[in-house]
Amino acid sequence: MSAVEMAPHGADTDKPKAPRGDIAWRWGLVAPALIVLLLAASGPLLIVLVYSFLTPGNFGGVIREFSTDGWFQVFFTRDIFDETVGPATAHLDIFRRSITLALYTTVFAAVLGFPTAWFIATRAPDVRPIWLFLVTIPFWTNLVIRTFAIQEVIRNEGLVNTILRSLGIISAPIQMLYTDFAIMLGMAYVFLPLMVLPLYASMEKLDFKLLEAGYDLYATRLKVLWHIVLPLVKPGFIAGSILVFIPAIGAYVTPRILGGGRNLMLGNLIELQFGQGRNWPLGSALALTLLVIVVAALMVYIRATSREEGRRHG
Amino acid sequence: MGKRNFSVASLPGFGTIAIITFIFLYLPIVTLVVYSFNEAASMSRWEGFSLRWYEAALANRQVQDVSIRSLVIAGWAATLATILATMAALATTRNERRFPGQTMIYALINQPLMVPEIVTGVALLIFFAMIKIATGYQGLGYLIAAHTAFCIPFAYLPIRARLETMDLTLERAAADLYATPLQAFRHVTLPLLVPGILAGFMLGFVTSLDTVVITEFVKSAGQDTLPTYMLGQLRRVVTPEMNAISTLFLLLSLIAVTVFFLLSRKKA
Repeated sequence: MSAVEMAPHGADTDKPKAPRGDIAWRWGLVAPALIVLLLAASGPLLIVLVYSFLTPGNFGGVIREFSTDGWFQVFFTRDIFDETVGPATAHLDIFRRSITLALYTTVFAAVLGFPTAWFIATRAPDVRPIWLFLVTIPFWTNLVIRTFAIQEVIRNEGLVNTILRSLGIISAPIQMLYTDFAIMLGMAYVFLPLMVLPLYASMEKLDFKLLEAGYDLYATRLKVLWHIVLPLVKPGFIAGSILVFIPAIGAYVTPRILGGGRNLMLGNLIELQFGQGRNWPLGSALALTLLVIVVAALMVYIRATSREEGRRHG
Repeated sequence: MGKRNFSVASLPGFGTIAIITFIFLYLPIVTLVVYSFNEAASMSRWEGFSLRWYEAALANRQVQDVSIRSLVIAGWAATLATILATMAALATTRNERRFPGQTMIYALINQPLMVPEIVTGVALLIFFAMIKIATGYQGLGYLIAAHTAFCIPFAYLPIRARLETMDLTLERAAADLYATPLQAFRHVTLPLLVPGILAGFMLGFVTSLDTVVITEFVKSAGQDTLPTYMLGQLRRVVTPEMNAISTLFLLLSLIAVTVFFLLSRKKA
């Protein structure tokens, strides 16, 4: 539902212009919401930018002294003994792991989400909202609880290991919790609805007569899927992938619970700088780097969808 | 669209994967709920049905505190966000053409959905730390403000959706019958909008209850909400008491979401 509507809309053109007094009235009505958003969501992002160029204080916070060390430390380390500069391998590893895990999560969610969306879109129209609702229910329950639920299933004494042991398939539990696999599985679990909803939205509009035409022309199922279905549901596919990738790359709760203390992702690295690390400028620079990655992903999405729109209308 | 030929729409294996997906979605939650009724303290075996963990959870003073705090914050945030979102939705719908700045307004309203929660959390941690030093105020206001901003897009979506499907001629008819704009709003628009407003409130309420990362960064000492309390507890040894708390919380979310679902399906 909402995930689909969150996507930016193309501007509607060629319609009559609104009178000037009307516009003032509209701005007045929307102003309180904008003020709250500017104060408690958007505005503080600028302060993060300022902080990323300051010097860390001894007990957290900052000293008002310009420094580029925060940004430098994101990518490089300076040897304490001979001052040689090298790449910040620990940070770069975490960047790589975060991006890889977010990509795996997206692929896994797509593998499960595509058939699921298809299944829902091919039900009778009156039962479709109920299937969709079933997909969204887990999504509206608390993230901590959902991650905890996954933990219950994959723990050493959890559901999967208990069943496998009682069936005699394994003798010792398989270590799944506190691994990268656990993080990926958990993120796919919590973000799956974000893949299903936009996919469903584009499949619902699909003209099934086109598939019929394909079959009439002796196309195989695979060919119909590849040459007819996939190009038509591409916008939903792109939207779903972006909607899963963005929260996955910035995930904090899921890696913290399922990855234990060792398997860090970007979100945990950022938190570390504001906690034990006491390096707010580095934390700010890392947070902005994450934001840049997310904005880049969004740009790809906007470009891809506007091209699709253009093709459809033009 | 007419009646579909089923064999045309069916793709081999898709139904099976869909069923697996639904099992994947619900199995962990069902496991969690089932084990909340387990007599045993360890989750490795089932020792019979018991409500002892619910009794333990409900008698736990800390759980009571954090639950009440969560509900207070969610109540405030959802109410404020719904009022602000209703005004914003009224301002950004029912126009034939986008007015100057409308695209920017959309971007601002949707901003909390686009920026990762951890980035917003960090930004608010820094900003509120400055205000705390300047004013000395340490109360719940920071969490309420942060949650309100975060809930605005969620409250806005169903309200805007409702307004967009509403019949504009009714408002014009009221105006034709010499109703002032305020009267037309009060007696025509508002009553029609109520399901959208309630849906927005429900969605905002659930969103606030669900917000973990922002709360984790904004809260002062002793301001844990239920999700941040649980997050802290999960680091330690977990007893089925956590399952019981989760089940109760799940039930609350489920009720709110079901109400939202029913309200948003109501025809305008």
